[in-house]
Amino acid sequence: MSLPSSVPVSWFLVLAALLFAIGIAGALTRRNGIGIFLSIELMLNAVNVALVGYSRLLGERTGQIMVLFVMAVAAAEAAVGLGLFIAVYRQRRTIDVNRLNLMRW
Amino acid sequence: MQFDLIATAAKMALMLGIFILGVAPIMLWVERRMSAFMQDRPGPNRLGPLGLVQGVADAVKFMFKEDVTPEGADKPLYLMAPALALIPALSTYVVIPFGPDLTVSGKTVPLIVSTGSAGVLIFLALSSLGVYSLITAGYASNNKFSLLGGIRASAQLISYELALTVAVLAALIPAGSFYLPDVVAYQQTHVWMVIPQAIGFLVFLIAMFAETNRLPFDLPEAESELIAGFHTEYGAMRFATFFMGEYISMTALSMLAVTLYFGGWTLPWVHLTGWLGAIVGLMVLLGKVSLFMLFYVWVRWTFPRFRYDQLMRLGWKVLLPLAILNLLGVAVATLAGWFPGVG
Amino acid sequence: MEAAIFLLFAVIALGSALMVVTHKSPVYATMSLVVTLFSLAVMFVLLGAPFIGALQVLVYAGAIVVLFLFVLMLLNISKEEHQQEGQTVHRWVALLGAGAFVGLLVPLLYRATQGRNAGVLTEEFVSIRAFARDLFTRYLLQFEIVGLLLLVAVVAATVVARKPPAAPSGASGTESPVSEVEP
Repeated sequence: MSLPSSVPVSWFLVLAALLFAIGIAGALTRRNGIGIFLSIELMLNAVNVALVGYSRLLGERTGQIMVLFVMAVAAAEAAVGLGLFIAVYRQRRTIDVNRLNLMRW
Repeated sequence: MQFDLIATAAKMALMLGIFILGVAPIMLWVERRMSAFMQDRPGPNRLGPLGLVQGVADAVKFMFKEDVTPEGADKPLYLMAPALALIPALSTYVVIPFGPDLTVSGKTVPLIVSTGSAGVLIFLALSSLGVYSLITAGYASNNKFSLLGGIRASAQLISYELALTVAVLAALIPAGSFYLPDVVAYQQTHVWMVIPQAIGFLVFLIAMFAETNRLPFDLPEAESELIAGFHTEYGAMRFATFFMGEYISMTALSMLAVTLYFGGWTLPWVHLTGWLGAIVGLMVLLGKVSLFMLFYVWVRWTFPRFRYDQLMRLGWKVLLPLAILNLLGVAVATLAGWFPGVG
Repeated sequence: MEAAIFLLFAVIALGSALMVVTHKSPVYATMSLVVTLFSLAVMFVLLGAPFIGALQVLVYAGAIVVLFLFVLMLLNISKEEHQQEGQTVHRWVALLGAGAFVGLLVPLLYRATQGRNAGVLTEEFVSIRAFARDLFTRYLLQFEIVGLLLLVAVVAATVVARKPPAAPSGASGTESPVSEVEP
């Protein structure tokens, strides 16, 4: 398929920005710890779209390779983060971040 | 563009027809008669000659049985789970080549539905989505046994998926491409991949059984264990959907195994071309796949079931290291030139 | 044709993203995330990265989100309860912040991509072979570091999530599903 894209790359970037904004709103709003985590994953994916978009725009493959690394880091972060959630749940029986307030004054 | 659409639609219709209309009824009959044969009993032999109409009777039964939904079940997820079992299984056939390139009115039509260069990856990606039906079925049934069965089944699936993927990677190295027609072409000119990569094939075979929840790895849905595991609460048509989904994913994985290790639609010394070659190629592919399906049924009644911890230990401590060693060996062999490959 | 596909899947992605951040039940939010990830995989393919698209489904939707679901079901997380006080104000502030972010970013993006055209999508750009060559030669160090990171994550997750080694005397009578079920 060697044809110029009929969809301008800026559309993809706007999509990435919107997804990122939705992710921010979710991370700030949700009380459920897992919900916050999901919003963070959404933000990471928005970044991925932006990276691939720029990679396409500039004709370089660097963006795609960075996406690979972002995915690996997201996987590592998800594993450790969920492990932390399990540990916290064992102690406090809740994931509601408003109740996990031991470090508050 | 028009031509491409029509060609793709025709290929999809052919493959889907084989899968839906062919696999489920035939496998039902084969499974029951062959199991009976191995267990020295007649099996279904009252409906039609040799019990061939039994499948129709079963279908009618499934359609008319009362549809019970458990109280307190999470309705949308409960209803979605059987569909989630079928969708990944039915979409994986798009990357399997089933014949030589045909020339229709001056244009070459490769006999494969998707000509994307990431062929095998697409297969693996779509089949990895099959885990969701297990989890949602287990969760939505509002039944502790189903939940445990679902979690166990999905843990089993994702564990063996790793060994499967690494074994597949090793099989792709000599051909040097993710695109399956390249792999088939390599095997036609050189040797069927199963011969130099027997260990990889063994890993793939075992992982294949675990991926489809078939004995000896069917603990999550075994009848003497957690009742029926994740699909305890599903009756009638929904159970039939899970059933069909299992057979279809068995067929899909068998097709991948045949294409990667046994030369796909090609025959060893015969060069097939043109329309006749396409028909023969399709027959050859289906023949090899049916041998695999017979093997599935054969193994089912030969081996005892793995206990869950034995199963996980096998997947992580035996198969995965073996698959990685196989990959290492193939890579070294290809670089050293022992393997007639990309180098 | 491409524009139609883009619009369809962009709408699906945005819709399911909204479901992710607003739905009360975490299980539904996670399933909506799967839909979002799938739509984004289509975006990747449209942008000439089929390898990344397949990996997105294989790794992200097929493994990471499954992990989320495991934890959700093992811990039996219930739906979020009704609103606390100060919640509404909190939500409006978050919405405003996100809106301001988008408002600032979109004109910038348009200006950034003004002069350039996406250019022709060649076979070479899409090829996995070239991707692999870049990954294993030019970015080899980063690749190895990420491998090390994954190893560290595996060890860390195992250590953090396992049962505490010695149960204190007089342990609680009720056990959570987490300590019982070891899948």
